[in-house]
Amino acid sequence: MKFSENWLRTWVNPDMSSADLAHALTMAGLEVESLEPAAPQFKNVVVGKVLEVKAHPDADRLNVCLVEVGAAQPLSIVCGAANVSVGVKVPCAQIGAVLPGDLVIKQTRVRNVESYGMLCSAKELGLAAESEGLWLLPMDAPVGSNLRDYLELEDTLFTLKLTPNRSDCFSVAGIAREVAAIAGIAYAAPNVTLNIPNLRESIKLKIAEPSACPLYCARILRGVNAAAATPLWMARRLERSSIRSINAVVDITNYVMLELGQPLHAFDLSKISGGITVRNARAGEQLELLNGQNVAMQDDMLVIADEQNALALAGIMGGATSGVQLSTQDVLLESAFFAPNSIVGKARRINANSDSSQRFERGVDFAMTRPALERATQLLLEICGGQASEITQVLGQLPTREIIILRASRIKRVLGMSLTKIEIADLLKRLSFNFKQQGDDFHVTPPSYRFDISIEADLIEEIARIYGYDNILPASPLATMVMLPQPESRRPVAHCRQIMVARDYQETISYAFLDLQTEQDLCANTTPITLKNPISNQLAVMRSSLLGGLLGALRVNLARKQVRVRLFELGACFENAGRVQHERLAGLCYGAALPEQWGAESRNIDFYDVKADVEALFAPKLLTFVALPHSASHPGRSAQIQLDGLPIGWLGELHPKWVQQYDMVQTAVWFEVDMSVLVQTSPLRAMEISKFPPVRRDLALVIDEKLPVQVLLDAMNNEKAYFVTEIALFDVYRGKGVEEGKKSLAFRVLLQDTEKTLTDFEIEASITRLTDASQRLGAQLRT
Amino acid sequence: MQDLDQIFESASREFAAAEQIAELEQVKSRYLGKEGRLTGLLKSLGGLSAEERPAAGARINRVKQAIEEALSQRRNALQQDQLQHKLAAESLDVTLPGRGLGCGGLHPVTRTLERIESLFQSLGFAVATGPEIESDFYNFTALNIPENHPARAMHDTFYIDDKHVLRTHTSPVQIRYMENNTPPLKIIAPGRVYRCDSDVTHSPMFHQVEGLWVAEDVNFAILKGLLADFMQKFFERDDLKVRFRPSFFPFTEPSAEMDIQCVQCNGKGCRVCSRTGWLEVLGSGMVHPNVLKHVNIDSEKYLGFAFGLGVERLAMLRYGVADLRLFYEGDLRFLKQFN
Repeated sequence: MKFSENWLRTWVNPDMSSADLAHALTMAGLEVESLEPAAPQFKNVVVGKVLEVKAHPDADRLNVCLVEVGAAQPLSIVCGAANVSVGVKVPCAQIGAVLPGDLVIKQTRVRNVESYGMLCSAKELGLAAESEGLWLLPMDAPVGSNLRDYLELEDTLFTLKLTPNRSDCFSVAGIAREVAAIAGIAYAAPNVTLNIPNLRESIKLKIAEPSACPLYCARILRGVNAAAATPLWMARRLERSSIRSINAVVDITNYVMLELGQPLHAFDLSKISGGITVRNARAGEQLELLNGQNVAMQDDMLVIADEQNALALAGIMGGATSGVQLSTQDVLLESAFFAPNSIVGKARRINANSDSSQRFERGVDFAMTRPALERATQLLLEICGGQASEITQVLGQLPTREIIILRASRIKRVLGMSLTKIEIADLLKRLSFNFKQQGDDFHVTPPSYRFDISIEADLIEEIARIYGYDNILPASPLATMVMLPQPESRRPVAHCRQIMVARDYQETISYAFLDLQTEQDLCANTTPITLKNPISNQLAVMRSSLLGGLLGALRVNLARKQVRVRLFELGACFENAGRVQHERLAGLCYGAALPEQWGAESRNIDFYDVKADVEALFAPKLLTFVALPHSASHPGRSAQIQLDGLPIGWLGELHPKWVQQYDMVQTAVWFEVDMSVLVQTSPLRAMEISKFPPVRRDLALVIDEKLPVQVLLDAMNNEKAYFVTEIALFDVYRGKGVEEGKKSLAFRVLLQDTEKTLTDFEIEASITRLTDASQRLGAQLRT
Repeated sequence: MQDLDQIFESASREFAAAEQIAELEQVKSRYLGKEGRLTGLLKSLGGLSAEERPAAGARINRVKQAIEEALSQRRNALQQDQLQHKLAAESLDVTLPGRGLGCGGLHPVTRTLERIESLFQSLGFAVATGPEIESDFYNFTALNIPENHPARAMHDTFYIDDKHVLRTHTSPVQIRYMENNTPPLKIIAPGRVYRCDSDVTHSPMFHQVEGLWVAEDVNFAILKGLLADFMQKFFERDDLKVRFRPSFFPFTEPSAEMDIQCVQCNGKGCRVCSRTGWLEVLGSGMVHPNVLKHVNIDSEKYLGFAFGLGVERLAMLRYGVADLRLFYEGDLRFLKQFN
């Protein structure tokens, strides 16, 4: 809502500067989004009348004008504008004038002719972005008067960012009421005279949807001059509310809407056949709106129709054919109350939001329907002439305003602050709410213009708002304290992040939506969750893996010449079936295993480097890695990560085709694991520590290249050989001394007992069990 | 017995001349070894009379002890010398860089979230979470935003289907938590939220922290005190000014928007605060009775307040980040500044 401060001050004039008024409105919940002067600063510019225009003796395009400015002598001014002519009234900057941009007007010689000032265009005065020629002022502009006074330029434009509950402030009247409440002063409405009808006719009205339109008022006006000029003061106020001037009749309806908050509509009476019906549209019924838009209406939309056609979309916009034109002589003026529920959402549905729909869907004061019609009639008769009929009115069940009980004790409890009953009564009076006091309770009836007050809490907000939120002293919480549970079976997500950070990974955050192609490529996901209204195709489907986002970030960094990139991300992934959401953690490594440095060999990251990171995340739990393909990974370098036999994630080297498609020089290694498993920890329990020294035996086994190490380890571990506390691989060897197609694996076996030192016999018995188990898998002891 | 003095002197001289332990040991054998001079003298005691023998023996032994003492001193000195040489040879250039992996870092939004969480946890707020694909009911209806309410239009919602949206705020977690727990309740709900809006100051995905406290004795004055305390602790500025303005959220009544004094210009007015001196940082209010009714909490017995703050906004203000989009690009040069 944008309005002129001067206009507001004709209603209510608090003793506050513009800035103070803006602050007061903001602090009362009507946020002032911007404050701007109506015109840039300039001075010493007056209304001039051109008395004489003579061609400049030495220049083709210049004229020498004699301009009357109310001084003893007219001024001789050289002017280059094409539209200068005898008799016009134009802005005249006198010697000493300062125009926007600090342009100082001096006496000058223009090709040997003295010029005593400058005739101005609107652009030169900073009042238009573009303008052609001199600004021609109305012929009744008083010659010699200060242009700023004449145009009332000493004004400030307020723009309010209204919250959806405050439809009552979509008018100067509403804001005036609010300012009066804030400042604790009275406001005065302009006089509206009741118009004496002198036409003996009336329009036939039929309301087919009385619950959607509980009140409809209309009157006929004949002999109206729609081509009459809109008065300067009205055009100015409309312009300062950013409303374009159309014609006098439409301007008047818009003006009354801004003034009183009641949207009105004027029909060209000659375009209406028969009476008016307010009914629901027929499905598919067509209407061309005032803005040129053709809409096919739905049957829940309310229309104003004549006997044949829909004329207007009720409460939203009039139709193109029944609107008032400059040639219109007879008018049907409508003022109605449409229930918010019948209007809400409809304008947005057909993309035809309007000043009218904005007001009706939030709620318009139903006590203003008829007075607004009288006000518009008064202005129409004054400005456009003509005669008016009686008002025809159909009244159904208007919204009710139930009494709300406001308890002084509840105010104290909700706000944490005591107000006396006198203070409460005073605040309610300032708000002009009707109330009766009964003991400690106030029985309040909300006014017709407030659609946002139906329960006690709403009244408490009003009390707090006018009292001032700033005047409620902040308090420290006092509470019965209980410690928060800290289940040790779950580790904080922050710990998992810290493990990644300690292992040289940088955290990123990506959008949770991406393009369909990436989802299909990397995750073989052809049916991801799809947004109905995405911002772009690049952000159209919900990710089922974090990998796409990590690859995106990798590419950003490669484009910025980073050679070593290690990223991780933690976030939700989405599955279409059942719309399941999983929190996952994923990592991606590219480039050298270590930062380039002295004393460490330089080599690229590989599968096993990242595997160690995954194992560290889950330690001390032991993961298993099962060779299984994943669409994102190299088929021979891909593993499903399992814990206790259940799949919990993936580890792999990026498939060469994606390396190529994503313009990468080298491959990358990635992993992704389920957070729900990662945060679970096993219960901790202390075990007895042996006092006896462990015994180490090394086993070198030669085995078929194709046999995974895990199979051998599992076989040996499954023996549960006595005293064996650890079997760990410490070397893999291929080459001289080992047959082609085989590999030599060296295991460290630790044996220990808590009771005694082990005998050679006991040790050998256990080792034999391990070698037997390995031999059953085809392993040979290397000698 | 002049011999003895001479022997001692010559032994001492030769010990001092020995530069190596091995050389010293050779010198030692010349005096104290089987064929050594002192050993020879002790053997010659047999030629003395029984009366002379004890005194002479005692003298020889005294000299022997003195020589052994001298030997031991010289040996220690030589060992010390050797150690010093070894240590000097082993010294490192301690200014060479350390070897191995570097260290990564947290995203500034995570850092900010953890900071917010820990501040509220210090007052006993538990952390709750909820789904990012939300039903229409939890995202809107249960929060007193019925269908067609103008407030829905303000939310720029991403739709999955007619009944499901990407949550536009973390407020639905309030409802889910209140459905499953009984008051008193004290939670914060951090998480990602989505709005169909993208430009320099809007991201289609961002983070919010929702807070909720339902108890018999919370009120608006406490809401003000708690949030002012939070902002002052978050920005580590005890003198940070805050203000509360009436606003509108369908799920709170009274509702308040909270501004903090601009942390860039200290309220003097700058580009960051659009010359107002104030920054809008948070929406809050007393939980609307209709919301409590939805989850069967008696609004006569219990009161609640709720607040929702934008994490990126706080991170930008705290760390001086000028462009919101930097948070989601993954550019290491940006991210590493917060390690």
